[in-house]
Amino acid sequence: MAQNSLSKDQNFFLKIIKKQIFIPIAALLVLMLFNLIADPSFFRVELGTSSLGYPVLKGNLITILDNASELVILSIGMTLVTSASGGQDISVGAAIALAGSVVLRVLCGTETRPDHLHAPIIVAFLICCIVAMLFGAFNGVLVAYFKLQPMVATLILFTAGRSIAAWINNNQLPIISEPKFGYFGNFFPGIAIPSPIFIAILFMIITALIMRFTKLSLFTQAVGINAESSRLNGINPQFIKFITYVILGFCVAVAGFIKVSRLSTINYSVIAKDIEMDAILAVALGGNALSGGKFSISSSIIGAYVIQFLTITLYKFEVPAAALPAYKAIVVIILVVLSAPVVRKKLADMKKNFAAKEAN
Amino acid sequence: MKIKKTLAILFSLTLGLAAFTGCGPANPGSGAGSEGQDKPAENSASDGNTNADSTSSGSLIKVGIINNDPNESGYRNANDKDMKAMFTEENGYEAQFAYSLKNEEQIAAAQKYIQDEVDYLLISAAGTSGWDSVLKDAQTQGIKVILFDRTIDADESLYEASIVSDMAKEGETAVNWLASQKLDEYNIVHIQGVVGSSAQIGRTGALDKKAQAEANWNIVTQQTAEWSAETAQQIVQSVIDAGTKFNVIYAENDDMAKGAVAALDKANIKHGVGQDVIVMGFDCNMWALEELLKKNWNYDGQCNPFQASYIDEIIKGLENGKAPASKVVIMEEKGFDAETITQADVDQYGI
Repeated sequence: MAQNSLSKDQNFFLKIIKKQIFIPIAALLVLMLFNLIADPSFFRVELGTSSLGYPVLKGNLITILDNASELVILSIGMTLVTSASGGQDISVGAAIALAGSVVLRVLCGTETRPDHLHAPIIVAFLICCIVAMLFGAFNGVLVAYFKLQPMVATLILFTAGRSIAAWINNNQLPIISEPKFGYFGNFFPGIAIPSPIFIAILFMIITALIMRFTKLSLFTQAVGINAESSRLNGINPQFIKFITYVILGFCVAVAGFIKVSRLSTINYSVIAKDIEMDAILAVALGGNALSGGKFSISSSIIGAYVIQFLTITLYKFEVPAAALPAYKAIVVIILVVLSAPVVRKKLADMKKNFAAKEAN
Repeated sequence: MKIKKTLAILFSLTLGLAAFTGCGPANPGSGAGSEGQDKPAENSASDGNTNADSTSSGSLIKVGIINNDPNESGYRNANDKDMKAMFTEENGYEAQFAYSLKNEEQIAAAQKYIQDEVDYLLISAAGTSGWDSVLKDAQTQGIKVILFDRTIDADESLYEASIVSDMAKEGETAVNWLASQKLDEYNIVHIQGVVGSSAQIGRTGALDKKAQAEANWNIVTQQTAEWSAETAQQIVQSVIDAGTKFNVIYAENDDMAKGAVAALDKANIKHGVGQDVIVMGFDCNMWALEELLKKNWNYDGQCNPFQASYIDEIIKGLENGKAPASKVVIMEEKGFDAETITQADVDQYGI
């Protein structure tokens, strides 16, 4: 009886450890535990007031959830692109600069410091979506129809994107004084939780619904695993690859909109700098194979939160500026190696062998 | 399949063509010079040594300008505009521009300009090393080199002059201003630029030195935001979340100061003249000076991007056979106090 329940427990444990989502969640828990031991006040959340007199929530946790929003949104699109095309889009940072620049161009007209908005914010957002999806489509066409390596295809926009972004606004750095525009990256008046968190949650819900009620997830994985056999089964692999890049374009538009809203301005060369690497990292941390195929979006999302958690933890512990990237790299390497499919399989096998020996 | 193949060929052809035509506008001066104005260009090169009277005789001074990407920052943008406004045909120059943030590309552009036989090579180097051989080439060709904005690790004999900002002095001016505020205690949140850049080294150095020397100066946080406003916002937010007390924000550029202020606003911490937290920035962006005017910030240090007039003066001198008095020309730079700044200052010095 006892033996039986033990092996049941072990089976349960094995099942958990084999789950793809296990590693990113474990990483998150370890980071939390580390912070809890080092300084429990890390998790304190307080209700304060902003300088405009509205109630706002403050605390490290809120900061993490708030600032991870863009990365979470990007990691969703990046997971799809990775799965379908077996490669990554390295142009998302430049594309965010582009999308943000479009938003400002529409809202400011040609003025650098307009006293009123030249168009409703929703119009600016929609145009930004269209432009970002067009650029996504451009990448998609190169990858799906011209069969370019995704990294090579997106290298074009990676190189040119920020210059195009600057060109859209005639090299000016517009600043929007209208407070309403800042609501999307900060707080809606009277709501204590930062709006990017809401946007990210909304985005996750929509993604979940799409995954649940359409065949997108199935088709994407089929194409990623074997494009030829999925074609023989009546799926158009080129179109699936193409559409994932367009979806990523939409993700970029939303992320770019939040980014420019945070400070109501833009700096073409540093906005969302290196975010493409973080987005790819989120996908890898989630245990998704970067060569395509099966994927788990929820794992990528947690991977994105892990990255932001790590960043804020390092700030909190006042790691010297010069050493910051090194610390980050060490943690990241450990996590990525642990979450690599090969290593996960090895670990599970080892566990099984161990359990088998134990039973004997 | 066949259609696709032809399409692919067509597409690659157009791409190839686009690449060629793309090269055209990048160096309009050289394109025109090598075809239409071939002869006058060669003339000016052959009497390059007796160029002194070439300005008076109406021919243009050929300058090749190698700069960093103007999108890099407001500073670079202002700098590029200043150069473009100065080196025009009306002012007696035939200018070619090359932009890159990469040293190798800049060196390649310099080699091209040497082949084009420009009279002057104006360089704002992306990196400090690797310039020796190309500068020697320039010297043997009789091309004079003037560095602006950034120095390089090369022998002084290889260039005529170097017009730079003294970043350490900018830092000192700012720190002296801060000391003159006579606070009982200085608890400073220090937000750095990209570690290793000359602006970061100069501006950090002055503050570090002062903080070590004075007992009541504490740097409570020192972190790099890599010139990014959003990162600065996150850093200051995490400082506030940790409950650390501070009364000075020393940000090494305006963008990062702006990000820091956004975090202060969220936490309802008062900043500016006569308030709880002193905000300091650098670079004198127009919008930053306006924040000073509104007394939301306290101090902004100038980093002078207007080098063109200095260069013009030196070239005019060299044309008349007069070498500049010293090789290193340090530009005058100011620091603005929110209590004394005027609208005129904003208009004149804002970039």
